[in-house]
Amino acid sequence: MESTEQTRSISGSMQSPRSPSSLPYLSVSVTDPVKLGNGVQAYISYRVITKTNLPEYQGPEKIVIRRYSDFVWLRDRLFEKYKGIFIPPLPEKSAVEKFRFSAEFIEMRRAALDIFVNRIALHPEVQQSEDLRTFLQADEETMDRFRFQETGIFKKPADLMQMFRDVQSKVSDAVLGKEKPVEETTAAYEKLKHYIYELENHLAEAQKHAYRLVKRHRELGQSLLDFGKAVKLLGACEGEPTGKAFSDLGTKSELLSIKLQKEAQQVLMNFEEPLKDYVRYVQSIKATIAERGTAFKQHCELAETTKLKEINLDKLMLTRSDKVGEAEIEYREIKAESEVATRRFERIVTRMEEEIVRFQEQKTEEMGVAFHQFAKGQARLANSIADAWRSLLPKLEASSAVQI
Amino acid sequence: MMGSEDDQESKVKMETLFLREESNSNSNYRSAMSTLSDSRHPSIVVTPADSDPLFAPPSYYNESRSKPNGGNRDSSSYLEPPSYADVIFSPFDDNSEINGSDDGGSSLHSQSSDSLSRSPSSLTSDYIKITVSSPQKEQESTNSMIPGGTTYVTYQITTRTNLSEYGGGSEFSVRRRFRDVVTLADRLAESYRGFCIPPRPDKSVVESQVMQKQEFVEQRRVALEKYLRRLASHPVIRNSDELKVFLQAQGKLPLATSVDVASRMLDGAVKLPKQLFGEASSSVEVVQPARGGRDFLRLFKELRQSVSNDWGGPKPAVVEEDKEFLEKKEKMYDLEQQIINASQQAESLVKAQQDMGETMGELGLAFIKLTKFENEEAVFNSQRARANDMKNLATSAVKASRFYRELNSQTVKHLDTLHDYLGLMMAVQGAFADRSSALLTVQTLLSEISSLEGRAEKLEAASSKVFGGDKSRIKKIEELKETIKVTEDSKNVAIREYEQIKENNWCEVERLDRERRADFLNMMKGFVVSQVGYAEKIANVWTKVAEETSQYNRESS
Repeated sequence: MESTEQTRSISGSMQSPRSPSSLPYLSVSVTDPVKLGNGVQAYISYRVITKTNLPEYQGPEKIVIRRYSDFVWLRDRLFEKYKGIFIPPLPEKSAVEKFRFSAEFIEMRRAALDIFVNRIALHPEVQQSEDLRTFLQADEETMDRFRFQETGIFKKPADLMQMFRDVQSKVSDAVLGKEKPVEETTAAYEKLKHYIYELENHLAEAQKHAYRLVKRHRELGQSLLDFGKAVKLLGACEGEPTGKAFSDLGTKSELLSIKLQKEAQQVLMNFEEPLKDYVRYVQSIKATIAERGTAFKQHCELAETTKLKEINLDKLMLTRSDKVGEAEIEYREIKAESEVATRRFERIVTRMEEEIVRFQEQKTEEMGVAFHQFAKGQARLANSIADAWRSLLPKLEASSAVQI
Repeated sequence: MMGSEDDQESKVKMETLFLREESNSNSNYRSAMSTLSDSRHPSIVVTPADSDPLFAPPSYYNESRSKPNGGNRDSSSYLEPPSYADVIFSPFDDNSEINGSDDGGSSLHSQSSDSLSRSPSSLTSDYIKITVSSPQKEQESTNSMIPGGTTYVTYQITTRTNLSEYGGGSEFSVRRRFRDVVTLADRLAESYRGFCIPPRPDKSVVESQVMQKQEFVEQRRVALEKYLRRLASHPVIRNSDELKVFLQAQGKLPLATSVDVASRMLDGAVKLPKQLFGEASSSVEVVQPARGGRDFLRLFKELRQSVSNDWGGPKPAVVEEDKEFLEKKEKMYDLEQQIINASQQAESLVKAQQDMGETMGELGLAFIKLTKFENEEAVFNSQRARANDMKNLATSAVKASRFYRELNSQTVKHLDTLHDYLGLMMAVQGAFADRSSALLTVQTLLSEISSLEGRAEKLEAASSKVFGGDKSRIKKIEELKETIKVTEDSKNVAIREYEQIKENNWCEVERLDRERRADFLNMMKGFVVSQVGYAEKIANVWTKVAEETSQYNRESS
């Protein structure tokens, strides 16, 4: 079911809206991860709290329990229905079994899921999706059913048609000897594609180093801790005033170790994760590009087939064949399909144009925030390091004076 | 008695020599110590090296002791809240561009560490500075059977000093090979028993192939320099004949390469100059041991070899009853273990700092690439804005990375003091071992005397039963009595030696403790100051970015 052309602007926010209740709002939060189930089938469930004043929703607040695969279902549906729109990315499934239930991973995932849903809630077109409403409101059993349907044997007829067409077009390609896939060749679009592909590489590298930086913080913290301990032990063996000085030094070192661990966590959540999210976003754009390519191909092929049918029909009409009626029906059908395909393709193009603008602006904002927080965190860390060490100096100075 | 007259003579000579040496060494030590204790004035210098940051910082940091507000000193006055960032010079401060070279930094390092940790040079009095340089390959010029001969490396050793012992203000150079250094170390070990003598660099067990290699030669050069400087900083050893000869005597090193057994037997009682200015290759027999004495020679040789230089190894039966000494020994052992541990953790810390700097730099570079890319491909203004934000971040990340790495080389220099002291702890072990072996000698002599006396008694008892005397037995008794006398004299010498060593021990350990505590304090100060300075610099760099991105501040107040 396609959404209506009319879009409402709905304000969404991460916390309780402060706007007067007359303005429409929809805000969601994903909270309270809880481990359920046993052994191999264990999984994490989240509380999804929706606050809204929209009439389509069942009241001002609704709480449901959802798991990761429910989010996947939602995304898949939206991706199918809103082609051309950059559907926000989901955090990855974890490959490593052990890591799957670590506190860090769970928190990172929860935060990412929260961002995911809110982005959808903020998107002028997608926020009106019925699937979204289902996701936010349906009781758990209904949700399970929906989810099972999607991944189960029962495929919708539309999907079957699509699969059939894909096969058909591949076969005809082979028959007609078309080696090269049909592609758009406008300069602007080429540029965009190139940009997206290159961007992914650059971002992936930046993200890699950001992740390493988190590790470096942790390592430095650990080494400061060990150093502090060692120096304190040394101080215990050493005469005064050096012994006391060592002890103070060790204590400061241990203190700074804690600060470093804290900052490591901050860098992870506020800098590395946004970068990772950026990478995912670009990957989802690549998927949209693929969709557009498919839509384009369909549009081209159907247009061509329509032309062929038209030519055939004209021929038949000239020869006053009795197959004219049949041919005419076929022709009209194909023509209708072709028009649908063309509209579909054009809609994707239009949507993408808007989405790109939105994407660039959103990313500038989000990266700006990430950079700002990172810089502030680093400055704060460096300042507290300076303060901690500086506080030792008067005592060290006094000790030196006493020494002789 | 064969050679008994000679014995007497040389015994007297020996004693005189010993006494002279004793008073010499005492006065040397005491005068050195009193120089050190002229503490109220800033002009104490123990350290010779005034601008080498690799050497341990001076023992007595004296900047603002007399005046609380340090007057017009370097900006490193700790009592006002200073900005240490200013003190630590860096070529990579805010206004510099991003470039690839790191070379400019190292010379500034030594400058900055100078300003922080040295006393202004106008305050020095005595100094001695040793530099080791210009390694060269030379041929073994002997009548070797091997065609072409073997090669070895020599180093130029330049000394600059104003010590009167070396003839007032002067500069001179000699060429020495590593073998000479080993000789020097061995001779010092004998002459200065009970002293904490810095350990010499290791001999290498690697083949001569490797010995020729650049890296190895350079490592060795650095190690030699460190070693000689440490020797020169020791208040007594700096004035030793051995060191003087090593540093000054041109041509072949006129120190004996091996030691005759006699002087070994008497535990270093023999005065060295006799050997020095005699022929190097002849073995000087200072004492003619009595016939019975040959047993002792063998005995002492064995003793020497069996007293091992470690803390807990199985020892021949030294009966150590001095509680204070045993306590001190144990304390030293504990201290050494903790220094080892701290030194290891310091290494880990250095590595972690290094890694942090590297990764920060890589992050910066990745963002620079992104910036360039976005600018090239920009279609929207939002992209240009983002590219600009990234540039600010990248620039600061690269700067911060440089600061981390500079900080790290400072940290290495300071915390290296820990590593240096490991070497000196070994010197303490050596001093304690000297004491143990001297005590063992005394104890052994005592037990020898009592067993000799026992034998004499038995012989006398047996002889008295024979009427008219037992000529052969009487002769034996007389010989025994001679031997006993010689042994008694040796015992007295040994006791004096032991007492001397004990005193040396005590003075040295005191001195070392004091110096070590001061050095460690300085180390901590240097470490802390550089940490503060660079943390301030890094904070500034990031504060700038935070300001540049302040429009993105979303924190609710």
